[in-house]
Amino acid sequence: MTVSEPKLPQRRGAFIARSIARMIGALEYTAAAEATASKPGLLQFLDPRVKVAGLLGLLVSSALAHRLSVVLGVFGVALILALLSRISWLVLAKRGWAGALLFSGSIALPAVFLTPGRIIFRLPLFDWPVTEPGMAGAALLIARVETAVTLTLLLILSTPWPRVLKALRALGAPVVLVVILGMTYRYVFLLLGAARDLFEARQSRTVGALNAAEARRFATSCIGVLLGKSLHLSSEAHLAMLSRGFRGEVHSLDEFMMSPRDWIALAAFAGLAIIAIWTGGR
Amino acid sequence: MHIPDGYLSPTTCAALYAASGPFWYVSLQRVKKSLSTRLIPLLSLVAAFSFVLMMFNLPLPGGTTGHAVGIGLAAIALGPWAAMLAISVALLIQALFFGDGGVLALGANCFNLAVVGSLVSYGVYRIVSGASAITSPRRVVAAALAGYAAINVAALLAAIELGVQPWLFTDANGAPLYAPYPLRIAVPAMMIGHLTFAGLAESIVTAGVLAWLQQGDPSLLKLTAPRAIESGDEDEIARNKAARADWRATRPLWIGLTALALLTPLGLLATGVAWGEWGPHDFTDPEMRRQITAASGNQAPPPNLPHGLERLSSIWTAPIPDYAPQFLHSAVFGYVMSAMFGVGAILMTFLVAGWLARLRRRKNQRYT
Repeated sequence: MTVSEPKLPQRRGAFIARSIARMIGALEYTAAAEATASKPGLLQFLDPRVKVAGLLGLLVSSALAHRLSVVLGVFGVALILALLSRISWLVLAKRGWAGALLFSGSIALPAVFLTPGRIIFRLPLFDWPVTEPGMAGAALLIARVETAVTLTLLLILSTPWPRVLKALRALGAPVVLVVILGMTYRYVFLLLGAARDLFEARQSRTVGALNAAEARRFATSCIGVLLGKSLHLSSEAHLAMLSRGFRGEVHSLDEFMMSPRDWIALAAFAGLAIIAIWTGGR
Repeated sequence: MHIPDGYLSPTTCAALYAASGPFWYVSLQRVKKSLSTRLIPLLSLVAAFSFVLMMFNLPLPGGTTGHAVGIGLAAIALGPWAAMLAISVALLIQALFFGDGGVLALGANCFNLAVVGSLVSYGVYRIVSGASAITSPRRVVAAALAGYAAINVAALLAAIELGVQPWLFTDANGAPLYAPYPLRIAVPAMMIGHLTFAGLAESIVTAGVLAWLQQGDPSLLKLTAPRAIESGDEDEIARNKAARADWRATRPLWIGLTALALLTPLGLLATGVAWGEWGPHDFTDPEMRRQITAASGNQAPPPNLPHGLERLSSIWTAPIPDYAPQFLHSAVFGYVMSAMFGVGAILMTFLVAGWLARLRRRKNQRYT
């Protein structure tokens, strides 16, 4: 005879599992991004400064465009760049498109009915009016969000984070910001690991159900411990930095060299962005 | 809450980057001065902490779950300036690396959450916690309110930024180019979720962690509690007791004032216009002239509007005429809002006057 598992404790303990899953998901995403960034491909071969400036230019041009066809054109360019950089569309779909579509779709859908304007047709059964400006606005919004997500993902999936930071520095970001971003990125994973350990330790010691109040107490005590650990770690990191001669001045090595290929790519990005801005505003 | 790219026009994004810029500059200067070489490791770690905090799934009353942003905690542990920078860095990493929030919209997200959120949570925490001891339950309440207020003010700003888009940016056919909903839809849609679940999550996390720190590591709370009473400070405790006694003595007055403000819609039951409170237009309206005559012992008002009344009535136009704010359609709610606004304005006047008097007294004491 088999005894079925009691459902309540599983459901009540699910918040621990969900938190662990989110943390593992973030760690896996980083590992996957680093693996893709080390593959040979068009974007991977380019100077990071060209990638940051070029993809940002396309992002701005798609934001400025008033015509759906132009935004879709920029999206098409992003898809071709992904193909040439051996970045799978499936990865883009999982990492960005699906979430963006779900979020923006749920926001844009009511606008199809609520935006005043010429009625194209009425929804069968409900008789809700679908208006032309509503459809156009919703399509433009979703296309623009998907394009922005794709361009941001292309940068991260084709460039290791330290090189993104160096590119930001080369493009004029304050050196203090770049150093803080670099350290934050490293410590995010250290703290994610620590948080996951805290949750797993509790999960392995939990028998039976955790009611909601206990779960909240556990979550807040975990956050308190992490805050204390963070501040403690910052003191340790500070002492370590001082021991290495840190006096508050920060410097970064900018060893980038532009090759002819980078100049061609930069010109291509600039040309595409200008065309998109020129045609998108008319 | 994290606005993605595509919802705000590039102009709005640029304006909000420009609005955040001075705050980033000032906070960096202030934090550099106070932290010196500790600046980089401390901000990095707190930014990393804020980022990880957003991964925590929190069970909320009612069976749902949510996650906090950590604005309140960062502001309470570090003060508003360092919190502003740390949360901005966390938002930048989220936008760039995890696609949570847009790159172009980063200025807007930083302005809402990092800049305004930090200032609001710090202000609320300091005002509500007052000079209470580090381990006082009053600080837990202050933290809960700080987190709740910060997330809701940030959400309101985000809703306004989204809500003005269809008003400012549409194509020739009237189709919205960016966020599609006007303010009257964007504000309630955003605020319902934040006044309930998101606000609750932020509130629980901020208060819960503060309560935990009071037991586990109270030293972390000292930075933003310079006036906190140390245990054993009998004079301060006595002063606080006296302040509490003052509050107890005036409590019936406050309760009465609140009740009166809520009862103001009773004025709607009265018909006609109050004797002597006539406006210039009442002298030309036949129905009002009849009422004035009846209320004045059958003495008819002058056939023409008195010259002095006409001249003086145009000097000042009330912002909320007849206790009915133009943006509200409910007369009852308009009355209550007007009462609250009026009481608030009077209290504010007395608070400012009291503060100036105290300032003057202290100055005089220094010179004697």
